[in-house]
Amino acid sequence: MSEIPAELRYTRDHEWVREEDDGTLTVGITAHAQESLGDLVFVELPAQGQTSEAGEACAVVESVKAASDVYAPVAGTVVATNEALEERPELVNESPYGEGWLFRLEPEDPRNLEGLLDADAYTALLEEEG
Amino acid sequence: MLIFEQSRAGRRATAQAPAGAATDHGELPEAQLRRSRPLLPEVSEMQVVRHYTRLSQKNFSIDTHFYPLGSCTMKYNPRACNSLAMLPAFLQRHPLAPANRSQGFMRCLYELQEILQHVTGMRSVSLAPMAGAQGEFAGGAMMLAYHRQRGDTDRDEILVPDAAHGTNPATATMCGCKVRELPTGADGDIDLDALRALVGPRTAGIMLTNPSTLGVFDRKIDQVAKIVHEAGGLLYYDGANLNAILGKVRPGDMGFDVIHVNLHKTFSTPHGGGGPGAGAVGVSERLEPFLPVPFVSRDDDGTLRWQTERERPQSMGRLSAFMGNVGVLLRAYVYARMLGREGMPRVAEYATLNANYLFTELQRVGFEAAYPGRRASHEFVLTLRRQAKELGATTLDFAKRLLDYGYHAPTVYFPLLVAECMLIEPTETEAPEALDGFVAAMAEILAEAGKDPEILHQAPHHLPVRRLDEVAAARNPDLAWRPAEAQPPEQQLSASN
Repeated sequence: MSEIPAELRYTRDHEWVREEDDGTLTVGITAHAQESLGDLVFVELPAQGQTSEAGEACAVVESVKAASDVYAPVAGTVVATNEALEERPELVNESPYGEGWLFRLEPEDPRNLEGLLDADAYTALLEEEG
Repeated sequence: MLIFEQSRAGRRATAQAPAGAATDHGELPEAQLRRSRPLLPEVSEMQVVRHYTRLSQKNFSIDTHFYPLGSCTMKYNPRACNSLAMLPAFLQRHPLAPANRSQGFMRCLYELQEILQHVTGMRSVSLAPMAGAQGEFAGGAMMLAYHRQRGDTDRDEILVPDAAHGTNPATATMCGCKVRELPTGADGDIDLDALRALVGPRTAGIMLTNPSTLGVFDRKIDQVAKIVHEAGGLLYYDGANLNAILGKVRPGDMGFDVIHVNLHKTFSTPHGGGGPGAGAVGVSERLEPFLPVPFVSRDDDGTLRWQTERERPQSMGRLSAFMGNVGVLLRAYVYARMLGREGMPRVAEYATLNANYLFTELQRVGFEAAYPGRRASHEFVLTLRRQAKELGATTLDFAKRLLDYGYHAPTVYFPLLVAECMLIEPTETEAPEALDGFVAAMAEILAEAGKDPEILHQAPHHLPVRRLDEVAAARNPDLAWRPAEAQPPEQQLSASN
C-alpha cells in the first residue's frame, strides 16, 4: 500500500487536501495516483483567481500513459499554483505530498470539508479498488 | 541513420535537380527572401533510393503483419477498392468540374450516402467531414443548431461516458459545451441512476459509442435513449465501433439522432499515419436541415445535383474546400458495393467471432478479462494488473515484447478506467491461424515474465530501435536534427557568396 499521511483529507478521485493555518486548502494527487499514472511529463495548472465548483476539472496531469483531469475537491478560488511543476513535473512523482503539490484554494465555505475522506476511509477505498 | 547523416558537401542527385539554379525571384519582395540556405542533405541518387527503400521495408502495416489495435479496426484494405478508386477518370476529375459532366462520379457518392443511410438507419447522410473528429464536430454543431433554432438556448452540456474516446470530450469542448462525465457501472454498461441525475434542461446531448470502448454492447441503450430524450437532449453515436454491429443493429433504431461513421475503420479505407480519413455524418429527420454541405441529391428525373448553402440555408456549413476526402469515399463505396447486403452482416459476425475466439483463448492461457461474464463485441479488454503486481511485468512490457514476436501491440492503457489494460481488436479479416499465432506469442511472453521479467523490461530486442525513453522524449522533445560540427547556415551562405 502506498503512503497515506494521516493528517490529510482525500477525495475519491485520488487527490489529497491539506487545510493550511490561513484557512486555504492545498491540493495534490496521492502517492497511489502518481504510481498509477507513471512518470508525469506535463502538468497544466489553473489560473490564479479562477473559481471552480466542487468536482469541476481545474488542472491536468499528463503521463506517458494518460492525461487525467484534477478536480477541485470543494468549491473555491485558486489563490496559488505550484509553478515549479511547469519545468519539473517529476516533482509530483518524487514528492506527491510535498514539493509536488498542485494548487491552493480559498474555499467558498470552509464547512464543505466534511464531505472529504479521512486517511482511514481513503485506505479502505484503495483496498476496495484492489 | 538519417539521410542527413549521409550528407557530403557537393554530392548531387542530378536526375531530380532543377535545371539551372533558380535566381529569378519573380515578384517576391526582397524582405521575404530567406537569407540562409535550407539545410538539405547532399546525397547521390543511389543513396536516396536505398535510404527510402530501406525505410519502406521497415514499415509495419496490415499488409505485412497482424495489427490488433483496439478501437482502430485495422482491417485488410481490398486491392479492388484501390484500383477502382484510381481509375483515370476519377483521378483526373477537376474538383470544380460542373455537375452535368460529373454524374457518374456523383452517382458513386449518392449511392454511398444511401448505403450508409440504410446500414445506420438514419434519414440523411453527408460525406463532407474529412476525419472522425471532424464528423464528431459536425454532429455536435448540428445538435446545438437544432436546439438554438427551437429557441432552446440554455443547452450547453454534453454527457460523455468515462470510457469514451478522448475525441468525444474534446469535440464537445470545441463546440463550446461543458463536458459532464458519466460513470460506467461495474458490468460495463452505463450507470442509469447516474445518467438520470446528470440530465436536465442544460443537456444538449450525450455522445456514446455502442458497443462501448470497453468492448461490450450496452444492453440498456433503449432506456438511455428514453432518459436523454425525455430531458430534451439528443443522442450522438460515435461510429468507432460500428464494425461490431454492421448490418445487424442500426443506431437509428436504437434512438440515435446523429451519427458519424469512420469510413477508414468500418469501410476499410487505408488507415493510420494520421489519415486521410473520412467521417461521414448521418442524421434523423429533425436534424436534416443542418447537415454539412456539400452533399448529393437526386431530382425526380434522376439528375444528381450538389446541395450547397443555397439549397440548405440552415446547414452547419462546410468542413473542407470541396467534397471531403473523395479518394477515400470512392474506396469506401467500392468496399460497400463488394460486400453488398449479404456481406455487411458477415463483417459483424466474423469480427465478433474472431474477437470472442481470441478473448476465450487468451483467458485460457492465463490472461484476465476486465469484464468477466460479458461477451466481447468486436474487441475486448484484458487487465494485466495481476502480472504487473506479481511478476513486475507491466502491460507496456508485454506490448514491447510482442514487437519481438512480429505483432503490432494492441492498444494499451486505454480505456483509462481499467488498470494495466490491453484493448484487443482482431477484425474479421484474420484467419484462425493468425489468431492462434498471437495467442501462442502471448502465452510465451507470459511464461517469460514468470521466469525472467527482465527479458520483457528490455524488450524489444530484435527491432532496429530498442526501448525508447518515453519520459525523456516527452519532457525534453528534441525534434530537429542539426549537424554536429557544421557552421550555422548563415555563415555558410555568406562564405559561398
